[in-house]
Amino acid sequence: MENLLTYMTFIPLAGAAIVLVLPNNAKLIRWVSAAATVPPLLMAIWLFGNFDRNQAGFQFVEKYEWIPAFNISYYMGVDGLSISMVLLTALLCFLCIFASFGIDKAVKGYFALFLMLDAGMMGVFCALDFFLFFIFWEVMLLPMYFLIGIWGGPRREYAAIKFFLYTFFGSAFMLISILALYFSTEPHTFDMTVMMAQASKFGTEVLPIWPFNQLGWGFQHAVWMALFIGFAIKIPAFPFHTWLPDAHVEAPTAVSVILAGVLLKMGTYGILRINFPMLPEATADLTFWCLGALGVWNIIYGALCAMAQTDLKKLVAYSSVSHMGYVMLGMASFTTQGINGAVLQMFNHGTITGMLFLLVGVIYDRAHHREIDGFGGLAAIMPVYTGVTALAFFASMGLPGLSGFISEILVLLGTWQKYPILTILGASGVILTAGYLLWTIQRVYLGPPNEKYLKLPEISGREMFTLVPLGAIVIIVGVYPNVVLALLRASLDQLNQVVIPHL
Amino acid sequence: MSLRNLASLSFFYPELILTGTIILLIVLDLVVRAKRSLALIALAGSVAALIATFDLYSAQPGFLFYRMIVLDNFSLFFKIFALAATILCIWMSLGSSEIKQVYQGEYYALLLTSTLGMFFMASSSNLLMAYLSLELVSLTSYVLTGFLPRNRRSSEAALKYLIYGGVASGTMIYGMSWIFGMTGNLDYAAIQTALGQAEINTVALFIAFMFILVGFGYKIVFVPFHMWSPDVYQGAPTPFTAFLSVASNAAGMAIMIRFFFPGVSRVVPGGEWLFISGVEWPHVLLLLSMITMTVGNLCALNQRNLKRMLAYSGIAHAGYMLMGLAVLNNEGLSAILFYVVVYLFMNLGAFVVVGMIANITGGEDIEDYRGLAWRGAVIPAACLAVFLLSLTGLPPFAGFIAKFFLFAAVFKEGGPFVILVLVAVLNSVVSLYYYAKIIRTMFLDAPNPEDKTVAIGAGDFNLTLLVPLTALTVVFGVYFGPLLKYTNQSLTFFVK
Repeated sequence: MENLLTYMTFIPLAGAAIVLVLPNNAKLIRWVSAAATVPPLLMAIWLFGNFDRNQAGFQFVEKYEWIPAFNISYYMGVDGLSISMVLLTALLCFLCIFASFGIDKAVKGYFALFLMLDAGMMGVFCALDFFLFFIFWEVMLLPMYFLIGIWGGPRREYAAIKFFLYTFFGSAFMLISILALYFSTEPHTFDMTVMMAQASKFGTEVLPIWPFNQLGWGFQHAVWMALFIGFAIKIPAFPFHTWLPDAHVEAPTAVSVILAGVLLKMGTYGILRINFPMLPEATADLTFWCLGALGVWNIIYGALCAMAQTDLKKLVAYSSVSHMGYVMLGMASFTTQGINGAVLQMFNHGTITGMLFLLVGVIYDRAHHREIDGFGGLAAIMPVYTGVTALAFFASMGLPGLSGFISEILVLLGTWQKYPILTILGASGVILTAGYLLWTIQRVYLGPPNEKYLKLPEISGREMFTLVPLGAIVIIVGVYPNVVLALLRASLDQLNQVVIPHL
Repeated sequence: MSLRNLASLSFFYPELILTGTIILLIVLDLVVRAKRSLALIALAGSVAALIATFDLYSAQPGFLFYRMIVLDNFSLFFKIFALAATILCIWMSLGSSEIKQVYQGEYYALLLTSTLGMFFMASSSNLLMAYLSLELVSLTSYVLTGFLPRNRRSSEAALKYLIYGGVASGTMIYGMSWIFGMTGNLDYAAIQTALGQAEINTVALFIAFMFILVGFGYKIVFVPFHMWSPDVYQGAPTPFTAFLSVASNAAGMAIMIRFFFPGVSRVVPGGEWLFISGVEWPHVLLLLSMITMTVGNLCALNQRNLKRMLAYSGIAHAGYMLMGLAVLNNEGLSAILFYVVVYLFMNLGAFVVVGMIANITGGEDIEDYRGLAWRGAVIPAACLAVFLLSLTGLPPFAGFIAKFFLFAAVFKEGGPFVILVLVAVLNSVVSLYYYAKIIRTMFLDAPNPEDKTVAIGAGDFNLTLLVPLTALTVVFGVYFGPLLKYTNQSLTFFVK
């Protein structure tokens, strides 16, 4: 299978081009778009089957010269870290096309943009050249801006521009860091693998300029922080998280799924892919506060915010902030359990939150509002829907036997060995999560049925089709987590080994 | 090679073709009734000059007309650039209803005269020639700015332009007289020799440079010589505004690079330039660059008129380009050349859309673009979105690559230049806000019920210009190797 990753990335883009020239027939456009996401999904499954789990390095590598004058190449490859994200992306994009079948405004534009977004996300996870990575990273912004801005809810314009500006602000810092790293490698290159190999060349002597001399920061620390700002906005880590609730509430269902399921992961993926191996000393110095403490803050702050929400979608959005906190906490531990748990949590959060947003979409399409207090007793009216929702809620809560439990327990186990206090604080988030989720179940699904909604139709076949694969993954990973963990282990162990000597 | 008058003529035929076309246009204007044919003649003349200019690449570089003007790759680059801008401007004028109201013959004749002036700006190697060429471009620009009959805004803009221009060029020639006083020469090479040998008062030289910088600054439009630009952009006929925004700016860059780099600095192997120690003009440029981009972007935030907003955005872009000068290395200069080419496509493209929409709705305010994509003009709206995002510097569009090369060249020098790059990238973030505001208005806002539909058929003449420009903006965003090679090759100056 030559150039598999290229095909995975560019088939959706080709699909977008085809969609643009199709006649204005909504049905045709929908099915062509769905067809465009099938090959990447099949390829992702093939990758999953043929990936060598014992090898830590990059596999399925493709490298072509692009701009020789600047030593920029078209360089793609996957390791354990990226393959899990590629799988998630391919699956969620495929399902989200079906979840978008209800869109009837400017159908052609919607699906073309959606496929462009798909291509951009795939590219980010496969790119091994920093320049290429940055291009894919930025290319994603545009479709997202339009998808939220045109097909979103009432305050969509505000949400869209806020998302755009926040992320672009982060990218600005990332661009400077890229240049800084480029000029520090010898010979100058954007090749990530070379940058990782030359990590020892990136200086750590304290820079003689304010404010770096006060903080005791060297070149590595400055670059680390600049990159971190870019990635933290995407995660989103407190205090850069404010774009997220707005974007989620306004975005159409499928876009919310992608946003929570894939885009947020890019932040933590970037830190693991770039900050950890390229700037190990700064990572060792800065992770406790920037990832560990901030992660715990994210967990608790996100959970408390979620508890206060009256809008179901906003609740799920804040629960994302909280759950991404576990990823950050796990990354800060530098133990095998911790970092494996963190990446597994990235994967699980993608599937679980994907389900949650799809489920919120289902009820919003029927009742046209999302007020938690506006429902009541849905279990009696829509039993199947309630059953699936309960599965997703319990997975999100971390019920043993479901995937969320495995990753959270791994994170907490890993962190306990290093930072017991942080672990205790982080674990309290589990209780808060259970609190707001159970309370929501009680208010929305239990109790006497609301007179207004007695006639709500049960969940449809198409909607079930989008939910069942995710539900199955949640259960499979919950029972046998090795399906995913086996992919990750070798690469993540290697990553840990790079940083641990500097701790 | 240094040629006398008659011998020079054989390397001067692009200019001769242009001059011939100008005379032909004026004469034919008296007899021809179908005025549209005049535009075609101007177009044919420009294309012929373009072919002739390409032909000059085979000639030996050297001085012409007793060292008045110089023929080298650098001047050829800017000559080709000026002609490309002219051709695009004529093409754009053909599809503009604004230009239909004006005197066709004079309009095209003046436009080509302006191009001729830019030819001299790109190639003058003598202070006097530099001054005259700058004036030639300025004078034609004043007239063309005020060319719309019975339009008060247009006349006001022309007057403002004239007054600012007069002051700026007066200051510049005063600075030139200081240099002449100190060195006794007007020829760049002779000035450099004189400055290298004699005991020069560096303070006086610095002041002279600053005076000259005023003239350049007015042409390139950087702060604090930018006041005229928003009014002129808004008042002038749109095709000419487009021309002014790209060609005049580029010609100003050409004359400035020629004076400050091969003129009064020395290059060392490795592509770094050394300025005369004690005459710290690069630091002034560094500061001016930061101030210019910040002022341009901040002022653009609240503009209601699209042309006015593009004027401020143009000021910001002039600020970005100045970075490449301040950094004093060949990468910076090459990045500027790359930038002007990309800027030609994206900025001119934006003005094409402005012209198209104004043709139909008569409005140039951002309010007139409300829901444009849903009012039948989805193609121009999408193209304008591409241009604006490219101007922001977002991949995969050419504007990103241009900015990237510029930032990389500047960042390479380290030290204060890192701060300059930081200021520049943060400025890009600010600029996203106002560029995205237009995109929002076009795509995200629903049209008002009273808004007219803007029917742009597939056969609209302006699309013949718009679509290729959009394609180029996208193509140069992913495949720019040849252009980069060309701009690198264009950085050869003939100085001996």
